[in-house]
Amino acid sequence: MSTVVLLAVTGLGLGGLYFLVASGLSLIYGLMRVLNFAHGAFLTLGAYVGYEFGTHVGSADSWPVFGLMLVVGTATGALFAFLTEVLLIRRLYEREIEQVLVTVGVGLGAVALVNGTWGADPRPLPAPGWMSRTTELLGARIPNNRLVCIAVGVTVLLGLLALLRFTRHGLIIRAGVENRAMVTALGIDVRRSFTAVFVIGGAAAGLGGVLAALYNGSVAPGMGDSLLIFAFIVVVIGGMGSITGSAVAALVVALLQQFTNYYAIAGLGDFTVVLALAVVLLVRPAGLFGRPA
Amino acid sequence: MSILSVRGLDAFVGGQQILHGVTFDVAETGVTALLGRNGVGKTTTLKAVLGLVRRRGEVILGDARIDEARTHRIVAGGVGYVPEDREVFTRLTVAENLQLAARGDDPRYDFVHQLFPELLSRARQAAGTLSGGQQQMLALARVLLNDNRLLLVDEPTKGLAPRVVGEVAEALATAAQRVPVLLVEQNLRVVARLARDAVVMAEGQVVHTGPAAGLLADPGLVQRLLGVHREVAA
Repeated sequence: MSTVVLLAVTGLGLGGLYFLVASGLSLIYGLMRVLNFAHGAFLTLGAYVGYEFGTHVGSADSWPVFGLMLVVGTATGALFAFLTEVLLIRRLYEREIEQVLVTVGVGLGAVALVNGTWGADPRPLPAPGWMSRTTELLGARIPNNRLVCIAVGVTVLLGLLALLRFTRHGLIIRAGVENRAMVTALGIDVRRSFTAVFVIGGAAAGLGGVLAALYNGSVAPGMGDSLLIFAFIVVVIGGMGSITGSAVAALVVALLQQFTNYYAIAGLGDFTVVLALAVVLLVRPAGLFGRPA
Repeated sequence: MSILSVRGLDAFVGGQQILHGVTFDVAETGVTALLGRNGVGKTTTLKAVLGLVRRRGEVILGDARIDEARTHRIVAGGVGYVPEDREVFTRLTVAENLQLAARGDDPRYDFVHQLFPELLSRARQAAGTLSGGQQQMLALARVLLNDNRLLLVDEPTKGLAPRVVGEVAEALATAAQRVPVLLVEQNLRVVARLARDAVVMAEGQVVHTGPAAGLLADPGLVQRLLGVHREVAA
């Protein structure tokens, strides 16, 4: 029983990370039809700049400094995403293949930059000691950082849903995901929403970067891309453009991975996830919460 | 005087040229009908005016060229668009659809709700769950909320039950008292009721312009220009 609880909570924590990456990807694709391969770079840069901040400000094991690390990571992701959209993506308006290619380039370049600056080896992330201790829950000893990932994931989910539901920006994004041309035909400049979804997605990814480093215990140049692959799978399973779909699919994918890796063969979890992707594509090609085109 | 002048307009969809030098005017008041058989480029003409498809040529709204402007600026400058097949946002509520469309400081919710009371009683319903007629009313309401200088309305009665066709025509007649309308319409009874002028297209070009009544009163001309629609007019 305690094993099941541990696996479930760890899975939920991983699901939180997947969601932080997938939510932005899903909104960006839903609105702009761009698969953003630079999204992993937003995450990695958020993690590294957060890490730099934590190690230089001094006692990063203090709570306020850790809190600021999260803020710095979030801001880095948002800023980098903003620049990517304004300087590159926008110039390739309505050339979707070129847009995808340029995001691939940004992704590769950013990882090379991180490699060159900080080296290829993982570096331990400073964090309050409480993070690596455990809390007993239903007989299982749960690492506290898993609980943090879950809490942040849920908070971001609620925040995004509120943003989409209660603000004019959110209304335009929801409408644009359904029919972008018609939004412009109502007199609304939908390109401003493109920048908005990039910034929102980049912020969530940057925040996810610091949390992923907390989850793994370290920052590493490849951390963004390894999460990005599963985040893409999450987005497709959940349905492009649906935040709720991303949240549900993030949990399904993470839990499936955790339980398969433990109860079947370690490593089989990834394969199972790809299998789940194939099944969803065959049975519901638009994803669990997507609508057929 | 005309509110809209189109001069030598070419338009392209998917790399293919659909319009070849389309030229016509829309009068400052009343309804101008844009007619023609299926596939002659009526919808593309509306889209080209709005910049929703790639275009080349002169489009003048009032006294300003708009053929280089982006769609959202043209619309914000006072061109309301009611597309073929309504294109309401099916996942948004009726109220959200209207909220999204409202421009300026003082959208006319009262006028719209008076015209279409059902939109008020169904405000919280997802637009996708409305009937075709209700969706058409919502699509019309979106443009009637705002002060427009011109409405582009594409086949508003398509696929509607006869009773609803009457309601939609009634609403258009009311709207046309305030603002000029360029109307694409296959139902010639609706055209006869609403339109003063007619522009007829064939194969991406304008082949006839003149008073609508004169055109509809000439069965030979209707047959030659519109072919399939003659029985509807009878």
